[in-house]
Amino acid sequence: MAEQTLQAGSIQPEKHSAAYWVFSDSWVLIKRSLTHIIKSLDQLLSVVLQPIMFMLLFRYVFGGAIDTGPTSYVNFLVAGILVQTAAFGATTTALGVANDMQRGIIDRFRSLPMLSSAVLTGHVVSDLVRNTISTIIMILVALAVGFSPNADPLEWLMVFGILLLFTFAISWLSAILGLLAKSVEAVQWFSFIAIFPLTFASSAFVPAETMHPVLRGFAENQPVTHTIEAIRALLVGTPIGNHGWIAIAWALGIIAITIPLATWLFRRHTTR
Amino acid sequence: MPKNYAIVAKGLKKSYKKLEVLKGIDLRVEQGTILALLGPNGAGKTTTVKILSTLLAADDGQVTIHGYDLHKEPDGVRSVIGLTGQYAAVDEYLTGRENLEMMGRLYRLSQADAKRRSEELLQQFDLIDAAGRSVKTYSGGMRRRLDLAISLIAAPPIIFLDEPTTGLDPRSRIAMWEIIKQLVGAGATILLTTQYLDEADLLADKIAVIDGGKVIAEGTADELKQHVGNERLELTIAKGSNFQKAQKVVDGEALQVDSKRRLLSIAMTGGVKHLQEILNKLQAAGIEVDGLSLHKPTLDDVFLQLTGHQATKDDVAEEDKK
Ligand SMILES: Nc1ncnc2c1ncn2[C@@H]1O[C@H](COP(=O)(O)OP(=O)(O)O)[C@@H](O)[C@H]1O
Ligand SMILES: [Mg+2]
Repeated sequence: MAEQTLQAGSIQPEKHSAAYWVFSDSWVLIKRSLTHIIKSLDQLLSVVLQPIMFMLLFRYVFGGAIDTGPTSYVNFLVAGILVQTAAFGATTTALGVANDMQRGIIDRFRSLPMLSSAVLTGHVVSDLVRNTISTIIMILVALAVGFSPNADPLEWLMVFGILLLFTFAISWLSAILGLLAKSVEAVQWFSFIAIFPLTFASSAFVPAETMHPVLRGFAENQPVTHTIEAIRALLVGTPIGNHGWIAIAWALGIIAITIPLATWLFRRHTTR
Repeated sequence: MPKNYAIVAKGLKKSYKKLEVLKGIDLRVEQGTILALLGPNGAGKTTTVKILSTLLAADDGQVTIHGYDLHKEPDGVRSVIGLTGQYAAVDEYLTGRENLEMMGRLYRLSQADAKRRSEELLQQFDLIDAAGRSVKTYSGGMRRRLDLAISLIAAPPIIFLDEPTTGLDPRSRIAMWEIIKQLVGAGATILLTTQYLDEADLLADKIAVIDGGKVIAEGTADELKQHVGNERLELTIAKGSNFQKAQKVVDGEALQVDSKRRLLSIAMTGGVKHLQEILNKLQAAGIEVDGLSLHKPTLDDVFLQLTGHQATKDDVAEEDKK
């Protein structure tokens, strides 16, 4: 048996079209990144436990102190927490990409006759799955602590649609971060200082009207706020205005720039 | 009959900024043979392997692998090579089996073939008991074996092994040698790099000695040994005689001088006559010789002769850190 197992050229690859292989390679690497969620305690905790903790903490710590007008605080809060968790969740791609680039495994992928940029797709798509799970968990917890949405099925669908689009955009942005970073620790640190101000200087936890005018100017016009306001409007019926369109435009704009940029950086990084 | 070369590289050059790492490397590996790229740490071995396996673009030079032009048909090259890099390229979170099956699919094997090959290789590399465990829990030797198994999943005709035994315990090292021998036995062409002279001597059909980004000698182990003469004469100078003076007498002929142990080693180029000459010269100078022995030259001697410095084993230990 030994002889046969090691016999050079004893096995032939399958023949398929180039397009088939793009999907096949991507699927194999998506499965890989999804397996990471289940196999790494770190990830599992951040997917399941962190959203529960955030929801409960904000609901009960800030719930009494912040005036959100006619909307109850928990109803106000859910959209903010959903978007913040999605943003943090999407930075997992940065870690995953940096990890792959810094370890030898990227060289393995690149020595195979595969589409190696599918590594990026794998991480980004698994972020979508991870965030969907977190979103569902958070909504269930929210319902248990008094969240009373008035969204109809179509509006729920739109909530998930906007969240996924937002996640997709931030994940590709994270992929770029992961490609540029010199170390995994730098990625952790950088995603923290990028995401924290963006999510807190928004209407996630307090209405923007209560902020200092300068901060307010930023908070009211940045993409995270538009995304939160759109989701809040769909969930609890606050006025939606142009937030929906602006949120979608931002996401599409980010995606249109980041996908080609990330792919280009990946190629450059890997052919030094 | 013209020889069939699986790997031909001509004039490979590579610089990192101002640092010239490869200064024109020429290599040829005959089909079904092992070429060992032998050199100390920093010689340019990994850089060469990375270029040949499409991971790094050379600044200059031509490479043909299995008939594919490296520059024009990198995917063709990728379909016929297996690479085991200097550091294990495995997914820590996946199990050994998942790693193999995933790479099988990425090598474009059918699902059934990927599964079948994975089981065969797990068996072959003594990993079947650990197949369902995360690679995180594997020892260094197991990782190396898995890494090699992965590069063999599609049974590639050409295999690159970058320091396959560095950092392995002696038992795993011998096991790895056995596997490498089986691979060529089964028809593969192998280019392996090593800092171990005994390893190159034992495994390789041809050895290319590389230092400072250049191939400084090439040939079979025997041919290289001819460089330092057929045999090496080792003289112990008596305590009563002046060692410095003895050194002067053999002037330039000494390959190695060990003043502590009062040893002089000299390459024997002219047989018995040469030996007589040396002894006569020493006697004329009034130097007494305590001991005399003849040694078959080792690759260590070759290395010393060619590079002017010893192939230090300390470098190896430094590389072991993961
Ligand atoms: N990415 C890099 N940037 C700069 N210098 C490098 C890089 N990779 C390798 N080198 C340098 O190139 C030389 C050869 O390295 P390498 O091919 O790894 O040697 P070996 O594998 O024989 O130990 C060394 O001096 C090393 O420091
Ligand atoms: Mg090396």
